Amino acid sequence: MTTAAEYKSRVRQTWCSGCGDYGVLNALTNACAALGVERHNLVVVSGIGCSSDLPHFMSAYGIHTLHGRALPVAQGIKMANKDLTVVVTGGDGDGYGIGAGHFLHALRRNLDLTYIVMDNRIYGLTTGQASPTSDRGHKTKSTPAGNPECALNPLALAVVGGATFVGRGFSGEPVHLAEVIRRGIAHKGFSLVDVFSPCVTWNKINTYDWYRPRVVKMESEGHNPADRDAAIRQALREDKLPIGVIYEIDEPTFTDEEPSLQGEPLVKSRIGLTDEEWNKLIGEFG
Amino acid sequence: MNNQREATIWIGGEAGEGIASAGDIFMKASARTGLGAFAHNSYQSVIRGGEVLLQIRAGAHPVPSQGGKWDYLIALNQNILDHHLGSAGPGAVALFNADTVKPSAAPSAAALRGIPVGELTADLPRNPVMQNTVLLGALMLLLKIPWEIFEGSIRAQFGKRKAELSDANVTAARRGWEFTDKHFPPPDERGLAGDGKRRIVITGNQAAALGAVAGGCKFYSAYPMTPASSILHWLAPRASRYGMLMKQAEDELAAINMAIGAGYAGVRAMVGTSGGGFALMTEAIGLAGMVEAPVVAVLSQRGGPSTGLATKTEQGDLFQALGASQGEFPKAVLAALDPVDTYYTVIEAHNLAEKYQMPVIVMMDLYLSEQTVILDPESLNPRVPIERGEVVQSVEGEYLRYRDTPNGVSPRALPGTPDGMHIAPSDAHNEQGVLISDWYTNPSMRTRMMNKRMRKMEGVLRDTETRAFLHEGPEDAELTIIGWGSTFHILEEARRALSDGGHPVRLIQFRTLWPFPAKKILPYLQGAKRIVCVENNYGGLLARLIRQETGVEIPYAVRKYDGEPFSIGPLKAALEAVLKKGAPAVQTLVSSELDLPVVFR
Repeated sequence: MTTAAEYKSRVRQTWCSGCGDYGVLNALTNACAALGVERHNLVVVSGIGCSSDLPHFMSAYGIHTLHGRALPVAQGIKMANKDLTVVVTGGDGDGYGIGAGHFLHALRRNLDLTYIVMDNRIYGLTTGQASPTSDRGHKTKSTPAGNPECALNPLALAVVGGATFVGRGFSGEPVHLAEVIRRGIAHKGFSLVDVFSPCVTWNKINTYDWYRPRVVKMESEGHNPADRDAAIRQALREDKLPIGVIYEIDEPTFTDEEPSLQGEPLVKSRIGLTDEEWNKLIGEFG
Repeated sequence: MNNQREATIWIGGEAGEGIASAGDIFMKASARTGLGAFAHNSYQSVIRGGEVLLQIRAGAHPVPSQGGKWDYLIALNQNILDHHLGSAGPGAVALFNADTVKPSAAPSAAALRGIPVGELTADLPRNPVMQNTVLLGALMLLLKIPWEIFEGSIRAQFGKRKAELSDANVTAARRGWEFTDKHFPPPDERGLAGDGKRRIVITGNQAAALGAVAGGCKFYSAYPMTPASSILHWLAPRASRYGMLMKQAEDELAAINMAIGAGYAGVRAMVGTSGGGFALMTEAIGLAGMVEAPVVAVLSQRGGPSTGLATKTEQGDLFQALGASQGEFPKAVLAALDPVDTYYTVIEAHNLAEKYQMPVIVMMDLYLSEQTVILDPESLNPRVPIERGEVVQSVEGEYLRYRDTPNGVSPRALPGTPDGMHIAPSDAHNEQGVLISDWYTNPSMRTRMMNKRMRKMEGVLRDTETRAFLHEGPEDAELTIIGWGSTFHILEEARRALSDGGHPVRLIQFRTLWPFPAKKILPYLQGAKRIVCVENNYGGLLARLIRQETGVEIPYAVRKYDGEPFSIGPLKAALEAVLKKGAPAVQTLVSSELDLPVVFR
């Protein structure tokens, strides 16, 4: 049995004091401990941004990739070795901005991996520009007159885009967040866990205190996550910000559907062809 | 008597008129009767319409290139006949459907043979594409290909599942065959005779895909792009049989990043694309260099820049491959010469990628990717060496993913290995993988880790030197021709022609562009009397690379960037010009309709 603490590495955590990402790291390690994921079979994949440093702070396999490309790398890993538990971590700029194209296709591909987006509605590592989830009117370094664009709605996008698990958590609710992540990892198929993870340095609007009165737990609303219309209604709510499991359905995963993945993992597949295989192949060129 | 040494056959029409099918049947029949053949398809980026011209040269095996003037033309419409009559060789015969095509008034050396397709096929199922089969029947009679071989090839083309279509086509072919036999039988001295050995028909891209399968590649990801797409097409229905996954990705960014993920996880992984797609992949090429993940990228060049000449060939991407991604990191850039060499180069690329944990780029071009050739099946050996590099099976003590070793190669622990957990970062990192960028900036560690990675290039250079370049011809040659990649056979053909004409010529053909084999090539350059670099591009990219790496300036150049490959006649003429006094420094060849060289100064 691995304890939550054992999922953490000895690398010094470098986020600002009070950063929401600490809560995500704790919640993720707690979720892994609850599920009993073996550390050597866990791969944490990230892109670029403050939140993408998370794999460094975990004692597992980790790969810290390019800005926006965590999802394709993670999918390549999962396709090559379907026995691994693959968790992808990153921020709103990484996933909903520069990597948005991959996000849409990961939704409909439904590979069994968990994508945790630490959404702080700002670009933190580049010191405070508007992000895809910055609200209209938000004044940032790049939008001094207020953001002229509306915010992207990741939950609604995920539900209509073909996701089979859409959840959201809040760093200020660590126990609840750990449970959403746990359910996301346990879910068979692509899981999005969007997390309100406040940036204490560059976003003075969307703070812990701003979120607290706005979030509403789906569990207390009697929400049925299997109901797609209800999930979309929750995702589009303007009075409150829903957290919890918004949507979860059981659909065949990519691994279930892809003929090449029906046997043992690709990493274990034999290299080299038998004479019979070779002759059959060459025969096709006759 | 079948005693033509070889014949050049052009089949032309609009896209959708059945040119590919006629060409496939022709190649199959040639391979089954022991002939050699080489086909180059010149086409446009349209699915219907446009002008497609399939140039085939057939004869005693092996046939190195698509040849020059045609001996036989199958003109599927009026335009084809009118456009290409001027390119007929002596004794040429043009075949066409007399119902729809009128004999051209243009003077030509060719005999014009109209065949009444409608009358011959009146009782057969209505299918407008059938005219290609009737005309092919006429051609095969003229070439004296044995009927049973021809019929077997038609049946093989349509397969058992389409028996009716197969029967109808055999009948149509027979009608064309018999009509020709009755009305204009070939003279004794015409016709091709194979050696009876059954061979295979393969394209450059199929050879790349076959090399991937034989070389243990288990993951291929790509976004469709001409001329690389046919690798994807060949693998798609076959990959699952060999524990391999072919994944069409949402874009090239995803394709290469997926492949890097798969390579990191421990499978041999490859992508295939052309210049535009490769441009999108370049940031990830650097990622593979930094996290030290193996990946192979097949870069099949087409005419650039930008969308460029989407269906035409060029060797314009050399510097893109050499310069792919920011910063400095170990990588190899290999060039394949022909389909056989492509097969082995792809396997070698996977070995290098895993042994040195780095990206390897295999350069092809449309001409090589799409050329169809006949091969001895023995020329492709399935028992190929597989070198997987150092992988840790179990960990004792502290595991350092990026351990600073004498050869720079740090043994990999693949995900799933107990106690091998580590982080592989795209940021600069220390031996453990912990970041040394940003907050922990550490100049001495940075320098040490850069040295560690770059030290791998010493091994890569050693391993690639044996394949660096081929050379043919005598040391004291009057002229040394230098080329790279897919131009090998046409240059060798030109070299032989010039040598036969009394000018000893040497050819040096590069197969490794990076690491550049500077030490190995230098004596060849210094000992050469007169050097000309022949490239399918505007800027003489290989010549520039040679100057950069050796300081040797190559004084003469023959270049072509009109989208078409070199053809033997104009190429030979240009090389002869280099031999003369006052030779032009740069000659630019352009394929005109008459295939005559146009020289721009």
